[in-house]
Amino acid sequence: MKLTVQDLNSHYGPAHILFDIGFEVGEGEVVALLGRNGAGKSTTFRSIVGLVAQRSGRIMFEGKDVSAKPTHEIVREGLGYVPEERRIFTDLTVEENLEVGRQPRRPNAPHWTREKLFTLFPNLGEMKNRPGGRMSGGEQQMLTIARTLMGNPSLVLLDEPSEGLSPKIVEQMVDAILTMKKEGVSIVVSEQNLHFARLISDRAYIIERGRICFGGTMAELDARPDIRDAHLSL
Amino acid sequence: MAFYVVQFLTGLASAASLFLVASGLSIIFGVTRIVNFAHGAFYMIGAYIAFTLTERLSGAFGFWGSIVLAALAVALIGVLVEMVLLRRIYHAPELFQLLATFGLTLMVEDLVVLIWGPDDLVGRRAPGFKGAIDFFGQNIPSYDLFLIVLGPVVLGILWLLFQRTRWGVLVRAATQDRDMVAALGVNQKWLFTSVFAVGVFLAALGGALQIPRDAVHHAMDLRIIVEVFVVVVIGGLGSIVGAFVAAVLVSELNAFGILIFPKISIILVFLVMAVVLIVRPWGLFGKPEAAARKTPGLTVNPWRPLTSNERLASLAVLVIAATLPLFAGNYALTVGSEIAIFVIFAVSLHFLMSVGGLASFGHAAYFGLGAYGIAFLAKMAGLPMIVCLLLGPLLGCMGAAVFGFFAVQLSGVYFAMLTLAFAQIVWSIAFQWVSVTGGDNGILGVWPEKWAASPSHFYWLALGVAALVTIALRIAVFSPFGYALRATRDSVLRSEAIGIDAKRIQWTAFVIAGTTAGIGGALFAYLKGSVFPDNLGISLSVDALVMVLLGGVETVSGAVIGAIVYKALNIWLVSQTDLSKLVLGGFIVLIVVVFPKGIVGMLEMLAQRRRKSSPPRSPLLAKPIESAE
Repeated sequence: MKLTVQDLNSHYGPAHILFDIGFEVGEGEVVALLGRNGAGKSTTFRSIVGLVAQRSGRIMFEGKDVSAKPTHEIVREGLGYVPEERRIFTDLTVEENLEVGRQPRRPNAPHWTREKLFTLFPNLGEMKNRPGGRMSGGEQQMLTIARTLMGNPSLVLLDEPSEGLSPKIVEQMVDAILTMKKEGVSIVVSEQNLHFARLISDRAYIIERGRICFGGTMAELDARPDIRDAHLSL
Repeated sequence: MAFYVVQFLTGLASAASLFLVASGLSIIFGVTRIVNFAHGAFYMIGAYIAFTLTERLSGAFGFWGSIVLAALAVALIGVLVEMVLLRRIYHAPELFQLLATFGLTLMVEDLVVLIWGPDDLVGRRAPGFKGAIDFFGQNIPSYDLFLIVLGPVVLGILWLLFQRTRWGVLVRAATQDRDMVAALGVNQKWLFTSVFAVGVFLAALGGALQIPRDAVHHAMDLRIIVEVFVVVVIGGLGSIVGAFVAAVLVSELNAFGILIFPKISIILVFLVMAVVLIVRPWGLFGKPEAAARKTPGLTVNPWRPLTSNERLASLAVLVIAATLPLFAGNYALTVGSEIAIFVIFAVSLHFLMSVGGLASFGHAAYFGLGAYGIAFLAKMAGLPMIVCLLLGPLLGCMGAAVFGFFAVQLSGVYFAMLTLAFAQIVWSIAFQWVSVTGGDNGILGVWPEKWAASPSHFYWLALGVAALVTIALRIAVFSPFGYALRATRDSVLRSEAIGIDAKRIQWTAFVIAGTTAGIGGALFAYLKGSVFPDNLGISLSVDALVMVLLGGVETVSGAVIGAIVYKALNIWLVSQTDLSKLVLGGFIVLIVVVFPKGIVGMLEMLAQRRRKSSPPRSPLLAKPIESAE
């Protein structure tokens, strides 16, 4: 397994947010984490990369337990994270944003260069020197993914990549994710949008109120309309 | 005309050192969000070490080598400080960081006297820049010209460093979003350490470069730090260009202010700063902050009024305290009165800080205004003591009303810096307006009337007023006004959304706190029989902060305990050792790192732990990265 999460529990202050979350991601697989607003998708991702201080459980990445490591070490193992809020450095140009993400080459992961990323996201190549704060939402979404890819991750946690984007940009996003998959990057993508998830994912988990309540292939999910309707708003 | 040109050039030369120190402070703040009070101390150590090295090493290479070596050595000290102390408090509220670095400053002040002695040291002239250049009959020291060139050169180097290197890009990214930088695989720890080292290097270099111009002495830290605060606030915290422009502006204001208004030269700079803060709170070149980090006030346990048992216990303690004159001598009673007065002072700041979430770094201004109010009324108007006691604090009230109005427009570190600046204005007036305030000599002979003159009577008076003030403020905490104030502390946005006029509530709290401090100051004037500018100085403001912190910022009235313990300890310490600043500074650092919840906070936590098996963690030192989804 590429990534195995076991018994993940997280708290924000006195509030218990995640309850015994567990899921797996295989080598080269794209797995969707589906759930409504506030179900705990983002918290799950933030907990995996160590951005939530109060958490317990086991996070195995490429056979190593990374749950005790600080954020930057987890990321340097090759576990990339793309936040939902995008968190572009608004004062930095596109190229500088990419520079912040740059990490050494990794043997077991595809190697991304600026040029390669500018072919994946042609818009970015046309605005290399534009400050991040003067980009549209869609361009920022591309930049945040490209920035994480500069770290040559072997697995990427993609938090709601389609949120707030126009249908045309969403199409581009689907293409980009499929290219990443073809290159050999494993992906966990959190989504509210089942149609989008179906276009890219091999398997799916459903999270509701901080608990995993379904796990299976997309076909298995389609066979259970009751679960789909109960936990996802379509 | 030539004279004015020379005056202008002198201003530019002074700006160089100021810029070096200020840019260091700005860089450190940008990334670590710490306003490094100890920056002046690093500047001072830089000067002292450079002095020693230039005395030992000879020749031109020796001199310039010593300057660089001194700055590097201090940068190394800075790295140690960062790794040992600051790493523990990055996630603490900014007040704690200001206090910890202030504690360091106190320690350094005593240490340099221990190592280098109390006398001013006059350093060597710079080889190759010993003479002066004639400019239409006026002399310009050639070293000044060197400094004038150096300023823009350093600015250029820093610009290249931040724009053209990977380190610079990472630092700029971290200035905006530290967690995201970590989430991209960058080790924040070393980034922070390196930034701190660069910042301290600049401060020490600024200090080292001053030795051919100025004598090295052990008070140069506070003088520069206040100026540097002014520079970074005017220029915008985090902006290097802003630091440069503001350093030039401030130095020129100083250079020409002395010519135009010799009496108020100090005030001029602070007035400019106040105007800038009001018009552009984030400074000329700064950027508006995203929602400021919470000042203390996050309570885990909701506050509640005392139970009737606790009330009886408090009353019993008060009665026991009132029996002190039955067995204690006059000295103990005078100490007791002083402690009671500082309880009033600490409680007033506690109200502003803990209940209002507004950490003032210049609260002594209102204490001192109360004291001066008494001095004016009693000495000049000759009013009876009771009338004086009722009217004197009004001066504190008026001061708080004026300054508070401007101060509450800001929050967080900017609020702290503005209150500090206002306190310095008041101090300068008291210091410079000799004909009214007596300047440094103060106003003497303010003695209480016969009915309050004996130590025991005065003690009862002070104790009674302290008790009344504490009770009144507690009532205010649990009144509708207190609820509104706590609401604005916890979230200005949400409280405004339910119809609370946040600024007005905070202003009112500021005035209440200032008036209360004025009451303390009024009694203090009678206790000492005199009033001095020190009664509104920085060190007194910091005393108040330490008392509140020691008692516990998360508590309802921990400041009472904090004031008693701190003041007793302080009086005892000064009588025991010459190194009171060293001990006190160490003590402050220790509280911040080890007991951030203060004495009362610790007791409450222990009591709670007995009740519950798993105590909730203090939010003060927990990682702040957690924001709701």
